[in-house]
Amino acid sequence: MSETLHSVAIEVNGQRREGRVPARLSLVDWLREELRLTGTHVGCEHGICGACSVMLDGEPVRSCLMYTVQANGHRITTVEGLAKPDGSMSILQDAFCETHGLQCGYCTPGMLIAAQGLLDSNPNPSEEQIRDAIGGNLCRCTGYQQIVEAVRLAAERMRAK
Amino acid sequence: MKSAPFEYTRAVSVAEACALLAREGDSAKLIAGGQSLVPMMAMRLVRPAWLIDINEIPELKFVKIEKDAARIGAGTRQCVVERDGALAARVPLLRQALAWVGHAQTRNRGTLGGSLAHADPSAELPLVAQVLGAKMVLRSAKGTRTLDAEKFFSGPMSTSARPDECLEEIRWPVWPEGPTGSAFTEIAIRHGDFAMVAAAAQVALAADGRCTRAVFGLGGAGGTPLAFPKIAARLVGTKLEHEVIEAAAVDAAKECDPGADLHATKEYRRHLAGVLAARALREARERAGAIR
Repeated sequence: MSETLHSVAIEVNGQRREGRVPARLSLVDWLREELRLTGTHVGCEHGICGACSVMLDGEPVRSCLMYTVQANGHRITTVEGLAKPDGSMSILQDAFCETHGLQCGYCTPGMLIAAQGLLDSNPNPSEEQIRDAIGGNLCRCTGYQQIVEAVRLAAERMRAK
Repeated sequence: MKSAPFEYTRAVSVAEACALLAREGDSAKLIAGGQSLVPMMAMRLVRPAWLIDINEIPELKFVKIEKDAARIGAGTRQCVVERDGALAARVPLLRQALAWVGHAQTRNRGTLGGSLAHADPSAELPLVAQVLGAKMVLRSAKGTRTLDAEKFFSGPMSTSARPDECLEEIRWPVWPEGPTGSAFTEIAIRHGDFAMVAAAAQVALAADGRCTRAVFGLGGAGGTPLAFPKIAARLVGTKLEHEVIEAAAVDAAKECDPGADLHATKEYRRHLAGVLAARALREARERAGAIR
């Protein structure tokens, strides 16, 4: 059986990207395998680990729980879209480096998207709010402590700007 | 690609979604936020031939607060319900329960109606619907009917909605009584996971501190979320003293029929049911008392 292909036009990191996809292709697979945006990681593929988090119209969602066709006409930001236009690290990304908020790096793109989503709506989050925002992202290395520190440091620096 | 192949269409109206359901019958599935359906499709526990996407239907997304009920469109995202302060003032259990539902990323996408239609017996929103006696408005190509939560939830992951029906709206009762308090609590392996057992309660107090109305219920304690109207009726007229609450919680726990799995035995779940029912009732009483 040949599968029906659907045309999609999706704004990814500010650029209009088009493609033809089978309905069952998950958004994360399209981002990684068609667009080669391999910053977004595939972990559990059923919505538990958070490694595949991306922004959909500015809010963090799990890209393994969406089919690409469902994103047609919407706006996606991946971890590649968080960096400054010149390619240098964002304030949040710098804070992760400084506080050693990562070890193996597998969860990092998802953590960054979750944290950015929090900071976009809440410039002065409490520790509890930070922990809640990254509560859907599993990290098996850091014990989360430095990740929380990174988000707090980034929030301080963004407020100072 | 993990899901089995399917045909996809994005419905632009409820009428269109219902027409497609009528045409495709059992082999079609509606997809809203997809936070439960997509994992099930990824594991091929569900293999619909047709997926009808109802995410882009504006008429399914609304919150209207009326005198006796808060009417919420089934396609309203959980994050929208969570942020709505006016709604939290009228139906506080919704925001209290949503704090336990999944994570920010799943609430940004998950819908109110999706969680109810999925009908996981340990999920939070079905429990709130059962406890408050929410009404489900179901629409098909043939017309619209309204079902009480009690009739809607028919078993684990199953509802009385027919294959050609779309959950369109949920009506949450607003209590007219004076000082009302409510509470939601649960125990889960990790915050955001499905509850081992969850409890919800809402009580109204008169000026002298006597209870004038009470409801409570338990999730994860049977095949559907459970409410205990007969036991709750015994609370009315009391001052919700410690012993009164404990006795009600113990009786509710006796009526439960929880399952067992790797994480908890039947006995442990039953124990939790009693502890959490009492805790929810006490918190609800304290909140109502604080208002008074």
